[in-house]
Amino acid sequence: MQILINGKPRSFEVTQFSVATLVETLDLVGKRLAIECNGEIVPRSQFESTLLIDGDKLEIVGAVGGG
Amino acid sequence: MSDSLKIADKTYQSRLLVGTGKYQDFTQTRAAIDASGAEIITVAIRRTNIGQNTGEPSLLDFLPPEEFTYLPNTAGCYSADDAVRTLRLARELLDGHKLVKLEVLGDPNTLYPNMIETLAAAKTLVKDGFDVMVYCSDDPIIAKQLEEIGCCAVMPLASLIGSGMGILNPWNLQIIIENAKIPVLVDAGVGTASDAAIAMELGCQGVLMNTAIAAARDPVLMAGAMKKAVEAGREAYLAGRMPKKLYSASPSSPTTGLIA
Repeated sequence: MQILINGKPRSFEVTQFSVATLVETLDLVGKRLAIECNGEIVPRSQFESTLLIDGDKLEIVGAVGGG
Repeated sequence: MSDSLKIADKTYQSRLLVGTGKYQDFTQTRAAIDASGAEIITVAIRRTNIGQNTGEPSLLDFLPPEEFTYLPNTAGCYSADDAVRTLRLARELLDGHKLVKLEVLGDPNTLYPNMIETLAAAKTLVKDGFDVMVYCSDDPIIAKQLEEIGCCAVMPLASLIGSGMGILNPWNLQIIIENAKIPVLVDAGVGTASDAAIAMELGCQGVLMNTAIAAARDPVLMAGAMKKAVEAGREAYLAGRMPKKLYSASPSSPTTGLIA
């Protein structure tokens, strides 16, 4: 399946997986981040239970320097 | 003397708020912020780098959210929807943190705020439970409307973001300050320490700056200068300046007892 992450398409060899698995796959465990799926925020408490499917659009954001 | 800044029911000893952008590296960011004495620091919300340098340090490693009050901003947003979306992500990112800096820009050259979109975003955010500190034009009517919407602080520009042009319209700022029941902070345009002092002498409750410190030749030294300027300006405001006398000089030394 293909998911759009931060504007870039990424392919995965499974048909469905959780946001928690994605975070692991992307080596982002322990990073402070927030995730939006198709315009809706996925609370951290729901990473395990939220399943991603082909065509989902994700935004993964963090805090950076700014004024 | 207890003279603390109160924003959304929380008190702060420092009236200088600083940004965390444009520094050479995180070590310099941290050193400058320490020198500034700031307790509230702004951060931007951006897409995380995926698949590259995942091990590299982040801003949060150098400025732990436990030590500072984070003020996530909406820099780069040009619509109310984008700004609201960004701050909802920020709230999730910072474990339900409610204090935010709203800015909706209208033009990439001037970074002048789009106040129509800003007002719309402010309404949504206040309804959604955010404590909104809002970057705005120095229009007294708009500032009042933002207060009526329920923003917890209005932050009119002194001059354009990153311009270092100083306070271009002290008279408007003064009208805003006189009319406001919520804190007024100057945000944007401060270039050097005297600008910050003037803002405070006008009666601002605080000053928010980034480039004036980060783009100084010695940012850490400038951060210390800004701390002093904000404190000096505040004390001068509280002390009440002497009246200006254009045409009547008044000697400080006795006029009697002069040698003949």
